[in-house]
Amino acid sequence: MSAVAPTSTTTAVRPEPVEGQRVHRGFDELGLNGTPTARLLGARQWAGVLVAVVIVAVLLPLLNLAVPPGSALHLPDFYVGLVGKILCYAICALAIGLIWGYAGILSLGHGLFFALGGYAMGMYLMRQIGRDGQYQSDLPDFMVFLDWKDLPWHWALSDSLAAQALLVVLVPGLLAFVFGWFAFRSRIKGVYFSIITQALTFAAMLLFFRNETGFGGNNGFTDFKRIAGIPIATPGMRVLLMALSGLTLIGMYVMARAIVASKFGRVLLAIRDAESRVMFSGYDPVHYKLAIWTLSAVMCAVAGALYVPQVGIINPGEMSPAASIEMAIWAAVGGRGTLIGPIVGAFFVNGAKSWFTAAFPEFWLYFLGALFIAVTLFLPNGLVGLLRRRPPR
Amino acid sequence: MTPDLMAEGARRREAMAARAAEALASAGAPQASYGRVVRAGTPDFAHGVVLYVEDVTVSFDGFKALNGLSLAVDVGELRCIIGPNGAGKTTMMDCITGKTRPDAGRITFGTNVDLRRLSEPEIANAGIGRKFQKPTVYEPLTVFDNLELALAADRRVRASLFSRPSGEQLDRIGDVLQRIHLVADARRVAGTLSHGQKQWLEIGMLLMQEPKLLLLDEPVAGMTDEETERTAELCLSLEGRHSLVVVEHDMKFVELLTQGRKKVTVLHEGRVLAEGLLSEVQADPKVVEVYLGR
Repeated sequence: MSAVAPTSTTTAVRPEPVEGQRVHRGFDELGLNGTPTARLLGARQWAGVLVAVVIVAVLLPLLNLAVPPGSALHLPDFYVGLVGKILCYAICALAIGLIWGYAGILSLGHGLFFALGGYAMGMYLMRQIGRDGQYQSDLPDFMVFLDWKDLPWHWALSDSLAAQALLVVLVPGLLAFVFGWFAFRSRIKGVYFSIITQALTFAAMLLFFRNETGFGGNNGFTDFKRIAGIPIATPGMRVLLMALSGLTLIGMYVMARAIVASKFGRVLLAIRDAESRVMFSGYDPVHYKLAIWTLSAVMCAVAGALYVPQVGIINPGEMSPAASIEMAIWAAVGGRGTLIGPIVGAFFVNGAKSWFTAAFPEFWLYFLGALFIAVTLFLPNGLVGLLRRRPPR
Repeated sequence: MTPDLMAEGARRREAMAARAAEALASAGAPQASYGRVVRAGTPDFAHGVVLYVEDVTVSFDGFKALNGLSLAVDVGELRCIIGPNGAGKTTMMDCITGKTRPDAGRITFGTNVDLRRLSEPEIANAGIGRKFQKPTVYEPLTVFDNLELALAADRRVRASLFSRPSGEQLDRIGDVLQRIHLVADARRVAGTLSHGQKQWLEIGMLLMQEPKLLLLDEPVAGMTDEETERTAELCLSLEGRHSLVVVEHDMKFVELLTQGRKKVTVLHEGRVLAEGLLSEVQADPKVVEVYLGR
């Protein structure tokens, strides 16, 4: 094939080097030594990660358990619970930051995945109550109340922590995969995609409100007694769950960094900014979006599963559109387009919320609104944008 | 028949085939043979034609953007396509690259790959690269990263997670960087390049894909005279190794590209109005009328 006679290509427009005269040099000789691929983390960031691990796994537990309650350094139980809860929120914010900042996918329905993870864990915790409930039955109280005689089919694995932990990942992951497959294949983007995610979580909320779906209706699950046989309301368990949430967050942060630094991460950025160029370069954006979208949903679900034993309740309110929008606000306030930003945002907004709702309960929503307006107007790169001069890629 | 007779026959047959192949090669003809296997999905260029567009019609709400357009581009050819606004030039590119599906007609890559059935990424991977009218590069990434993403490689998600360019691929990137005059800017963020440099970078990204056919939509729009000349030089250096289809308004650029001896196609109202040397086409009264109006 292709025995095309080389037409006289020496007809130069400019007198200087054209075909044949150009010196073909190897990459190394161009003075561009090494690949300019970003490293996972620099030495300072690794130090930061280490400090964070020490804080959540050593320092905070010691301040709570080892320092006597009278001491000024003692960390009250209330704050252990609060930090644990916010760490779970931070995982959600990170999950949203990953898809919003790096792939341009704004989800306003991540509360659904969070709640599904929470429900999967909650089912196990309900079974752990055993006969210690109000009705002293093997069945969870709400089932007795509904006059059910047996566990419904989807509770079949609910007495196994391992099986439910697997469902925490599988169910939201599968839902996200199927939803994402149809949405991305149909090339639904931008605000349309966001609205559909809202509708999805709203529909799921209505479904979970119904008693016959077997998830406790509008009361959801609560009154947990123990986890893996260990009482759940002890200081030790509380600290353990908090530390576990913190370590999960840190692990997911490092994983997200690795993703963003890989070629996969660069393809995502490319899709965010010039999807048609990516398609005409031979990449199928559907697969890339689907992968990061599903991963993000699973991250959120894991956060939900860690959250439920700490706050002791899960109900369909977690699937309300407002809850999902709040997650996006955390990411926006902290700074999207970075990974640390959403985590900072989750801590800032929820810390402020916890202080405001105690100090000025009536004004919390006004403050939240003002905060969002201020960030939109003055801090397009969020709180971390204040610290960095140039937004990183 | 004895074995030695059979061996003798086989020897003669081989010698004849070799002589025939030699004659064909020296004549510059494509080497076709009856034993050739055409694999599905792999374009077959044995007839020396890289792209057939046959009687393609596209209409948008009754407006016929393409109206029975037929066109064939040879292997290694550089074909300029000119025409007034709304002649269907960009729609034609959309049809070839899978963005728009034709209502009627056939488009094949080589003789066998039906482009109407493939998605945009599949067409790109089959070997057709497209440059947009407005330069489209990945602005937050560096020039190097832009080229690396375009590099012909495994396009699947899993491969992308752990991929590192090999030494050979780095050399290819270096080669293209030289070709598009961006060696010194390799580490710059693409968003900070000048308009002309972005156009080159996009052409460079196409080259990284190692396409058989390059479609360039107004590659010199908004360029200075010097940049236009360098772009013409770049396109001419690609001729022969790739087939190029260049849609352009800038007559000076077309003149540089055709060098007074290559075919130009004039589109008007979704069909071919004239085809021939630039000087012939420009003298054609039909073309003059279309361009200057009555």
